[in-house]
Amino acid sequence: MTAAVENPVGTEPTPPEGGNGSKGGRPKSAASAFKESAGGRVGSAIALIVALVWTVPTFGLLVSSFRPEAEVKSNGWWNFFQDPQFTLDNYRTALDSSAGAGTLMDNLINSVVITVPAVLIPISLATLAAYAFAWMDFKGRDTLFVAVFALQIVPIQVTLVPLLQLYRDMPFGLVPLSGNGAPAGGLYALWLSHTIFAMPLAIFLLHNFMREIPGELIESARVDGAGHVQIFTRMMLPLMAPAIAAFGIFQFLWVWNDLLVAKVFSSPQVQPLTVALQLLVGQRGEDWYLLASGAFISLVIPLVVFFSLQRYFVRGLLAGSVKG
Amino acid sequence: MTTSDKLIQMVIAVALFFGVMAVILLLTQRLRSRNGERVQAAAFVLPALLLILVGLLYPAVRTLIRSFYGAGPFEAPFVGLDNYTRLFTDPTQLQVLRNTLFWVILTPLLSTGIGLVYAILVDRSRFEKAAKALLFLPMAISMVGASIIWKFVYAYRSAEGLSSAQAAGGVDQIGLANQLLTMIGLDPYNFILDQPWNTFFLIVILVWIQAGFAMTILSASIKAIPDDIVEAARLDGVGGWKMFRHITIPSIRPSLIVVLTTITIATLKVFDIVQTATGGNFGTSVMAYEFYTQNFVSGNQGLATAIAVVIFVLVVPIVIYNVRSMRKLEAR
Repeated sequence: MTAAVENPVGTEPTPPEGGNGSKGGRPKSAASAFKESAGGRVGSAIALIVALVWTVPTFGLLVSSFRPEAEVKSNGWWNFFQDPQFTLDNYRTALDSSAGAGTLMDNLINSVVITVPAVLIPISLATLAAYAFAWMDFKGRDTLFVAVFALQIVPIQVTLVPLLQLYRDMPFGLVPLSGNGAPAGGLYALWLSHTIFAMPLAIFLLHNFMREIPGELIESARVDGAGHVQIFTRMMLPLMAPAIAAFGIFQFLWVWNDLLVAKVFSSPQVQPLTVALQLLVGQRGEDWYLLASGAFISLVIPLVVFFSLQRYFVRGLLAGSVKG
Repeated sequence: MTTSDKLIQMVIAVALFFGVMAVILLLTQRLRSRNGERVQAAAFVLPALLLILVGLLYPAVRTLIRSFYGAGPFEAPFVGLDNYTRLFTDPTQLQVLRNTLFWVILTPLLSTGIGLVYAILVDRSRFEKAAKALLFLPMAISMVGASIIWKFVYAYRSAEGLSSAQAAGGVDQIGLANQLLTMIGLDPYNFILDQPWNTFFLIVILVWIQAGFAMTILSASIKAIPDDIVEAARLDGVGGWKMFRHITIPSIRPSLIVVLTTITIATLKVFDIVQTATGGNFGTSVMAYEFYTQNFVSGNQGLATAIAVVIFVLVVPIVIYNVRSMRKLEAR
């Protein structure tokens, strides 16, 4: 899919201007030729409907998060436009309200505390391994790499039950990572789990990006007397920055938005926002003023990250970084 | 733990792992001999391999073994294939299987279909970038968040329990879907509760999340179709539907397969939406959800691990097909 990687969303290739003897204007793409006969108006109408269905639900919840409780409870959010009443009370209430242990504010902090290491740790371990798989010679390298790649198919459900047991009864007299008295309130179980589940994809993806760097570059550095460590730190890491960013966004979104791993491994005191929100839906399913603001508290950070780094995200997506 | 405690722990954890990385780099820096480089390679690969071995491979094998044992967490008896038999005979479990089948068939088809049509419709239009961003947006939203967003769309209010005066004036719907229904004169509908269609309305949530992925991949693929092929076909008088059928679709076929299989795999593991929207009630449970409840609510580890193994067995052929198509795509 390398050809496609050069075409991230929106940066459409500039069509050659009238160069290839077409009947004037830009050459038609397969898509636009289809569009023409599908009827411009019908096509636009369909596109518009899809666009609306994909945005209005989110917009409705956003509007509701700023409407007074009584209004949200008594009529639909579209009434806001006839009778605009604006308040930030819902956000105050939501941050102070509690589902499980602690307030949503605590859960927000937990989400940050869980996510940052769960993104950085796999990056550090996977870049090292990916470099070895890409540019170092050792026996059984290719077999090992295929094995790592193949392990992507293991659904996390298959690992959860024994992994939890392992964290509770660590072998060799190690400190249990889960349960009462676990170090850092059981956060290590979460960080480790997210790292483990990220590893095959991270190694595979970074390896592929690293292989795209011309071999002569590495060779000449070797001839000049640079060791692997120098090549890794001085050449590879800077060159890999976009690839690392691409994987980093994926891992960030994956960890921040994760519910299953958090529900299985987190003790109440370190529950992230997703778990708190899901509990809140169960406990206060009709309190939409609260759910709306709660949901948006959890959405703001990923949306900001996503849109500011969208370029890298698309690149990662086109390079095959989709976690099964 | 206080907030500052947590933040300190976070910094310690990051420092710890970056420390491991730094130590490996420093210690192996001077190794230049043939044997030295072998040690160096081992040091680079081992931390990652160790995690994969202990965290993925070992638990997977344990799960497989566990699925042949009975319910309780302690001293479960060996039951052979009983857990698997129950999965395919018990009425509750059969409903779970049927629901999962609906999810797995409908989600990939609908998201890919919508993503493809949308990609074509906005291709090279003036608003392409903005239009794509709209469909893209749900990809950043958690499934929990998306479920809340759609539960609000589906919110239902019946006339029961209200005073006659209120009922006579009609009930104000607060959910958009029921507002639209009542506007065109239909009765409000309880999207989340009414079986069997509620499963379909939950599937809509996942389609809403996945369509952006399909659109991104397919759009890039459409743009990669060489202009001269299209132009040649046009000169031969091919247009519209025929162009789509005979030029566009064959050209993007490998991408289509990758998109369909990738979404299928994701769908098999969907847990969050069912958990948030219905908590598995009202006949909406799916396998990934059943895995969780059997293990952590009902305490039936035997059945839970059997479900996990079945998910694994279902995923394997799809992944292999997916990888082979991806290879073909890269080879082009």
